[in-house]
Amino acid sequence: MAALLEVDRLRVEFPTRHGKLLALDDVSFHIDAGEILGVVGESGAGKSLTGAAIIGLLEPPGRVAGGEIRLEGERIDNLTEAQWRHVRGRRIGAIFQDPLTSLNPLYTVGQQLVETIVTHLPLSAAEARVRAVDLLRKTGIPAPEARVDQYPHQFSGGMRQRVVIALALAAEPRLIVADEPTTALDVSIQAQIIALLRQLAKEQGTAVMLVTHDMGVIAETCDRVAVMYAGRVVEIGPVQQVLHAPAHPYTQGLMGAIPVMGESRDRLLQIDGSMPRLNAMPDGCAFHPRCDRATEHCRQARPALLRAGPTSAACWLLRDAQAEVAA
Amino acid sequence: MSALVEVKGLAKVFDVSAPWLNRVIERQPRQFVHAVDNVSFSIQRGQTFALVGESGCGKSTVARLLVGLHEATRGQVLFDQVELTAALKGPQGTALRQRMQMIFQDPYASLNPRWRVSDIVAEPLREHRILTDDTEVNDLVAQLLQGVGLSASDAARFPHQFSGGQRQRISIARALASQPEFLVCDEPTSALDVSVQAQVLNLMKDLQQARGLTYLFISHNLAVVQHVADDVGVMYLGRLVEVAPKRTVFSAPRHPYTQMLLDAIPDVRMTGRQRSPVIGEVPNPMNPPAGCAFHPRCPHARAVCKAERPELVVDGDSQVACHAVQQGWL
Repeated sequence: MAALLEVDRLRVEFPTRHGKLLALDDVSFHIDAGEILGVVGESGAGKSLTGAAIIGLLEPPGRVAGGEIRLEGERIDNLTEAQWRHVRGRRIGAIFQDPLTSLNPLYTVGQQLVETIVTHLPLSAAEARVRAVDLLRKTGIPAPEARVDQYPHQFSGGMRQRVVIALALAAEPRLIVADEPTTALDVSIQAQIIALLRQLAKEQGTAVMLVTHDMGVIAETCDRVAVMYAGRVVEIGPVQQVLHAPAHPYTQGLMGAIPVMGESRDRLLQIDGSMPRLNAMPDGCAFHPRCDRATEHCRQARPALLRAGPTSAACWLLRDAQAEVAA
Repeated sequence: MSALVEVKGLAKVFDVSAPWLNRVIERQPRQFVHAVDNVSFSIQRGQTFALVGESGCGKSTVARLLVGLHEATRGQVLFDQVELTAALKGPQGTALRQRMQMIFQDPYASLNPRWRVSDIVAEPLREHRILTDDTEVNDLVAQLLQGVGLSASDAARFPHQFSGGQRQRISIARALASQPEFLVCDEPTSALDVSVQAQVLNLMKDLQQARGLTYLFISHNLAVVQHVADDVGVMYLGRLVEVAPKRTVFSAPRHPYTQMLLDAIPDVRMTGRQRSPVIGEVPNPMNPPAGCAFHPRCPHARAVCKAERPELVVDGDSQVACHAVQQGWL
């Protein structure tokens, strides 16, 4: 069976006066129905850009320069704006970081839900309203019959994010792209939203692409995780494997840099330096200037994703290790 | 060991009333927010005291009160046994200000984009007339920049030429310029990526050891607090609900709110963990619940919690404000 979403060698570039900046390079992954894929990385690694490319919301002058995105086997990376209207909202739902800016302050929550439902589903306005109340109840909003006629400013941050989730689910999409859905929320609210997202994905068989920089959220929510660095996927695999036995030196450094509860260390592991800028990408592996195990080969040639047990990682060390085993 | 900072019954009330005309026409009463209410703690010299809590719990207000950016409504802050509010206004005010500095959350907003790094870092030196000779100032700026892991040549650049982590290093260099003893750090790493956060936290620890600094560290991230703190204070709606040494807070939290917070953090090690998420949200601080402010969300609440506000009571090596703990039904 083909995966629900397939991203195949995706390239996104931004033409500028000083030449083309390659923001995403050779990004490939898939998500199955009912699966939650986490995408992590530091700011500027290209995780949000990947999400934007999938829902067709790349900011011009950014554009897809190569590769394919397929939803249920159909290409969606070359759709026209008119065609997108039948895909975005209907087959792909989106949840963004800031729940206040993703809702229109001038319409009630009910009006916004009904608009989305009527656009995508063959329902009358009255039926849509019933469905809107139902969605609000499903997302855990108390007294949905009364709340449906309120405006976004009358909701708290956590409740607003629930409304945004209800909007994303309105037309029962097959895929939800959630870009940092809990970053703007307090920890206690964050836990509620994560649990809700996971429960809904499992119940409806919806695939979720969860973009976040929080490894804790990834650990608790996702089935698989992709680690991004400087516009490329450097490691991808089951959550357990990637977080607890990372193969790529960058993932290893990232995991060591996180203060862990209940563990007392004098110093955190430190990856010196910072991620290269798009206009100053080093040759070879983009991580080599910060990698203490980099060899001459790493400085010259760029590694592709290599299978290493259940995960894949883009690192020459892995190939060397495998060559040793074979020899 | 002596306390460098002692906070006694500190309170700050903000007037958030509607404008006068609205109050008259719409007959609205004046409204007040008790942002900080009866907060007491002390910080030992050379140690780190961390304040944690969710947004709106008053932790940043405490930070601002401690460096004199707000004036307290009630209570007092003793800095090295001197009452702070009066002393800052007195003849010794500038000398006192030199001894405490603040690092802010957002390194993009706390550095003037039109100043060169050399001017930013030298500002406290010139402001307090610590050094007036330009070559001496430049030498010290270069030293400070090297001390936080930047290079001396960075002094000629502007803030926009640096990444977030480097900017936070510039803020730290500026804070250290006047040789302070006490640093108030308001969410110093929450705007940074984890790998950069690790660099900044390590740097702060190194500086503490090298210079014997005392920190008030404010954060909503309990894992970070656990890494840096000696003592921890947990705030909820403007009040301290638990104050204890780090290991007590994290191994045997007493207050139900602390327990809830600890349980809510997503843990990297807990892949696929099932848990019952916490119910409810932080109430509106304009209209806090009667009695214990946490009772609407508390699984152990009884009638007394709705009626009486619990005081912070010493219990073993921690202080807890909870009827359930004090009367022993928890």
